[in-house]
Amino acid sequence: MSPVHGWNVALMTLVLVTLVAIGIRRARHGHTAAVRTLPGIATIERAVATSVAAGRPVFFVPGSRDLDNMQTVAAVALLEPVAAMVAERDGRLVVPTNRSMVMEAARTACRKGYADAGCADAWHDDQVLYISDDPLGFVAQVDGMIVREKPGACFFFGFFASESLLLAEGGRQVGAIQVAGTASPVQLPFFVAACDDTLMGEELFAASASLSGDAALLGSLRGQDLGKMVAVSLLVVGGIAATVATVTGWGFVHDMAGVLDVLLETR
Amino acid sequence: MKRPTPQILLTGVALILVVAAFMAPPGDGSSGGFAGAVTYADRHFSSWFGILAVFAFLLGGASLLRTHGRRVRERKADWHYSAVTLVSFLAVLIVGFLKLGGPPGLTGDPTDASSWLTTIFDSVLSPLHATLYSLLAFYVASASYRAFRARSLETSVLLGAALIVLLGRIPVGVTLFRFDSLSLWLLKVPNTAGQRALMIGVALGVVALAVRMVLGLERGRGGDGS
Repeated sequence: MSPVHGWNVALMTLVLVTLVAIGIRRARHGHTAAVRTLPGIATIERAVATSVAAGRPVFFVPGSRDLDNMQTVAAVALLEPVAAMVAERDGRLVVPTNRSMVMEAARTACRKGYADAGCADAWHDDQVLYISDDPLGFVAQVDGMIVREKPGACFFFGFFASESLLLAEGGRQVGAIQVAGTASPVQLPFFVAACDDTLMGEELFAASASLSGDAALLGSLRGQDLGKMVAVSLLVVGGIAATVATVTGWGFVHDMAGVLDVLLETR
Repeated sequence: MKRPTPQILLTGVALILVVAAFMAPPGDGSSGGFAGAVTYADRHFSSWFGILAVFAFLLGGASLLRTHGRRVRERKADWHYSAVTLVSFLAVLIVGFLKLGGPPGLTGDPTDASSWLTTIFDSVLSPLHATLYSLLAFYVASASYRAFRARSLETSVLLGAALIVLLGRIPVGVTLFRFDSLSLWLLKVPNTAGQRALMIGVALGVVALAVRMVLGLERGRGGDGS
């Protein structure tokens, strides 16, 4: 890990952390935050219900990277409420993983999800499988499992590289309802094209909070939105200031644009 | 509130790493004291993850043997695929450990050109990779066909932009329509703007998720959600 040594990055991080913490604190004191329902979340609930009703398993793939990737962490966090949802409906959940540590974390999340649904006895650790660290070997086996077991719902959350389309098209061929979520801009178009719904970027990190309905977690989303408003405001003011400074040559506007430029500089 | 040991460790390590990211002074951390500890954490924590991941692989290997072994033993549906997996796994493991065909001894390189492991990699794994990867060409075509069907205004815009970019990247499009500069503009301006907006949202989402984890709110990673 290389040191950032940027006072501006530290300041912005502090502002964001403060806003999120305030959001959580306010939610704990009863100030409920209204959070819009993400279309992808609604599709997850529909897909699980449809799949279980048809007697078909639910597949959940928590990305293709290890636990040091925040997208994998977000995917594992989302796995817990999904596991609870499947358990409540007496369905079968299958979680293929390609990292041993992700496998252990996924088992913990599923165990807790099943326990939360009051079905702890129905859970078997073997439902979370370690396949292979090799991305294409992983895809080959998961696609094979999809063809043989014909899941009714496939969820792909976390970081994916070329596996995204190989997995999503595999699920599409067996008629599974598919929801994906990634923060990788390069892979998003593939998921959008091949899946029924896609959680884009920040939606992946908000999904577990949104699905749990927990007040404190929803409060953190409120803080996140406030942080977004701060970022957008700084970008808009900075853009206008830079344009005005270039057109008019006014010194104080030029200085203001310079300050904002330094504040938002991350290199 | 329940505070299990993993949560306390997670919170402590996260705070140390955040402090280290912004305050670690130059050096290798051998100076001692708080500054030394912070510098040491900054330089070495990511290596610790690698060491943990290596040990965790044993869990993955054991899980693979147990799962597929049971499937073969109980003759479950499609058990023969599990048999192939087991035989392949054990064969490559033994060839790699014994360094068959390659330089022997502890210092012998198992990936040496003369080793069986390299032969297996070049003759079996690489062609299999290429075969699977080549499926992408067909999948991209079928996914693109579905995405570019002009069913609404959004998909029509997508289709138009995709056509311009496609024609701008091939000689016939450049010669006949002069789409090269428009294609470049689409890639550099609207595409970059969209990607940057996405990355700002992702950064905010990561910060919010990290705060929830440090506070023990996030489920699934040791937090109890209380």
